[in-house]
Amino acid sequence: MQQISSLTPDGKRVIIKKPELLAPAGSLEKLKIAVHYGADAVFIGGREFGLRSNADNFSIEEMREGVEFANKYGAKIYVTTNIFAHNENMDGLEEYLKDLQEVGVTGIIVADPLIIEACKRVAPNVEVHLSTQQSLTNWQAIKFWKEEGLHRVVLAREVGLEEMLEMKKHVDIEIETFIHGAMCISYSGRCVLSNHMTARDSNRGGCCQSCRWDYHLYEEEHQEGGGQENALYEEADAPFTMSPKDLNLIEGIPQLIDAGIDSLKVEGRMKSIHYVATVTSVYRKVIDAYCADPDHFKIDPKWVEELDKCANRDTAAAFFEQIPTYKEQMFGNHGKKTTFDFAGLVLDYDPDTKIVTLQQRNHFKPGEEVEFFGPEIENFTQQIEKIWDEDGEELDAARHPLQIVKFKVDKPLYPNNMMRKGVL
Amino acid sequence: MKKPELLVTPKKVEDISRLIKAGATAILIGEEKYGLRLAGEFNRDDIKEAVKIAHDFGAKVYVAMNALFHNDKLELLPDYISFLSESNVDAIVFGDPAVLMVAREVAPEMKLHWNTETTATNYFTANYWKEKGAKRAVMAREINMDSIVETKENADGEIEVQVHGMTCMFQSKRTLIGNYMEFQGKDLKVEGRSKDRTLFLHDPERDAKYPIFEDENGTHIMSPNDICIIDELEDMLDAGVDSFKIDGVLKSVEYIEKVTALYKDAIDLYLEDPDAYQDKKYYYIQEIEKIQPMNRKLDTGFFFKETVY
Repeated sequence: MQQISSLTPDGKRVIIKKPELLAPAGSLEKLKIAVHYGADAVFIGGREFGLRSNADNFSIEEMREGVEFANKYGAKIYVTTNIFAHNENMDGLEEYLKDLQEVGVTGIIVADPLIIEACKRVAPNVEVHLSTQQSLTNWQAIKFWKEEGLHRVVLAREVGLEEMLEMKKHVDIEIETFIHGAMCISYSGRCVLSNHMTARDSNRGGCCQSCRWDYHLYEEEHQEGGGQENALYEEADAPFTMSPKDLNLIEGIPQLIDAGIDSLKVEGRMKSIHYVATVTSVYRKVIDAYCADPDHFKIDPKWVEELDKCANRDTAAAFFEQIPTYKEQMFGNHGKKTTFDFAGLVLDYDPDTKIVTLQQRNHFKPGEEVEFFGPEIENFTQQIEKIWDEDGEELDAARHPLQIVKFKVDKPLYPNNMMRKGVL
Repeated sequence: MKKPELLVTPKKVEDISRLIKAGATAILIGEEKYGLRLAGEFNRDDIKEAVKIAHDFGAKVYVAMNALFHNDKLELLPDYISFLSESNVDAIVFGDPAVLMVAREVAPEMKLHWNTETTATNYFTANYWKEKGAKRAVMAREINMDSIVETKENADGEIEVQVHGMTCMFQSKRTLIGNYMEFQGKDLKVEGRSKDRTLFLHDPERDAKYPIFEDENGTHIMSPNDICIIDELEDMLDAGVDSFKIDGVLKSVEYIEKVTALYKDAIDLYLEDPDAYQDKKYYYIQEIEKIQPMNRKLDTGFFFKETVY
């Protein structure tokens, strides 16, 4: 097994095998933000052959621009190509893979052997990573895929830390695992609820999240039907549902790094730049702090709070230590929870006048308290005074999406810093 | 024209000769520890007995090992596969590549059928697993008739298609029924959650009922209707699909037996006289309707249904 840490000349232990922080990006803007906020690699979706057919997704030209941008910062780009293809989906696959190779993406994330083999044949310079859609749960299966020439495997969400350690012990291959975000409650790839309920193919990107709907649990007295049906819930009970809390493994990062996991992945190609920026920057700090001084590392409560500011749902550690109980699911009110709104993106800051130029992303007005964050600054809050538009006209509020506005901020800001405000 | 195998799922050893007499030419059995959503539980003695009975009739015995295995189950695989090989089982049904890896080592002669249920969606991938050692691919139930025919035309190995019964829509590692009961404050020690309890989820939006149960492999949710394609067998028979499967999970042996006999009759008739089969189609459907459980409608699954994405 690879060496994880070593001692400096003055006897301090440091981590030498630092894992990759892998962030999601549903658009070119999100890709740039992810890299800017500290991602070592970004995964994106193309217009074809990927899941999430509702996401914006990248054209080949946008991918080219994304790769060029990422390369400047030493970051890698992976493209999700993880549908289970039907016969009619084979058309255009080889051309697409050749395009990906020509554009310079580092790897593709694949579930269907059809695409694995096509990639090996026509785009041999592109790494092949096995998607979580294959629900990889044991080291023998990993060994199989290694022998098939894959560069990396993404584990099933059902794999816990102990299992990861054993996998690393048995097979020498790059392992990627999810650390944060929404997830399937089924074994990935083994759910066709959407197909049955809405005629949308979940394994080709059409999933409509039927698992999160409400159902009623009944018992039927006779197996052959026609018997009495008894409700297994009281009128006042929350209905049966299968909504998992989102994954959050901030507390487990040290163990994952010690286990030698190669890539730590954040879910969320459909999420906002605010989400991508917040989550990426927090995990960047956690990974860097642990690697610099693992023996004196402590989780800063501020990091945990920060993750909560962009959380869509309650979070839990899922399968990290044990099979999840009811506490890792959401019953009753399992809708969205948002405590902060993304309010603006910093375009410029003039240190002399202390005036920020900002692109509006959500309504705000004078008198409100907002928070700024970004890789160059410590989070701080600011009471908003007067707001002007680009022409210097005073505004009673910043009402229009993407409107350019200016106002005074006491502390320095940098382009791509973000502004958020609390939601009541 | 080739006569396809008729594969059915007995619930216990005593069912086997009945089902073979009704027309089954192969049976699928196994135990929950290794196989998914089986009609019945067959321990090692049962498997040996099943092989003896089936082979006496000239029928094949396949054993399900299509669970997703976590590390802790790997150590059980070599012994179980060796046992199946020594017991002269005709093939092992697998989904997890771990089974392939272990079989290569301990029983390289053992025939393998690839069945993940949801991911066998194109002929290239069927051929991929053929090359890795699987003699047969079991097609996903979510592909249509044209794709099945096209897949068979382009397949290097055998193709199996489920023609009748319930299908699985969802498998979770989590204990979802138990979790809900625990959330409600119920005592899990007294609450059954297995197949024996016939639980279902009611979907108010679609007014559909989905059978649900928990076992060693997690929580399983099943389709609201039973596939029945007895009146649409021509294309697959013409294409030479190798095996037609009748899945009897959550059904009585009387039901499976009757359905098996009707499919056997339908297949024989088509091969003998396609026009006569056309004339008798309505009869087959009617006969199945007669024994169909009240709350389980028949439908044609995804054979003639397009999905979008």
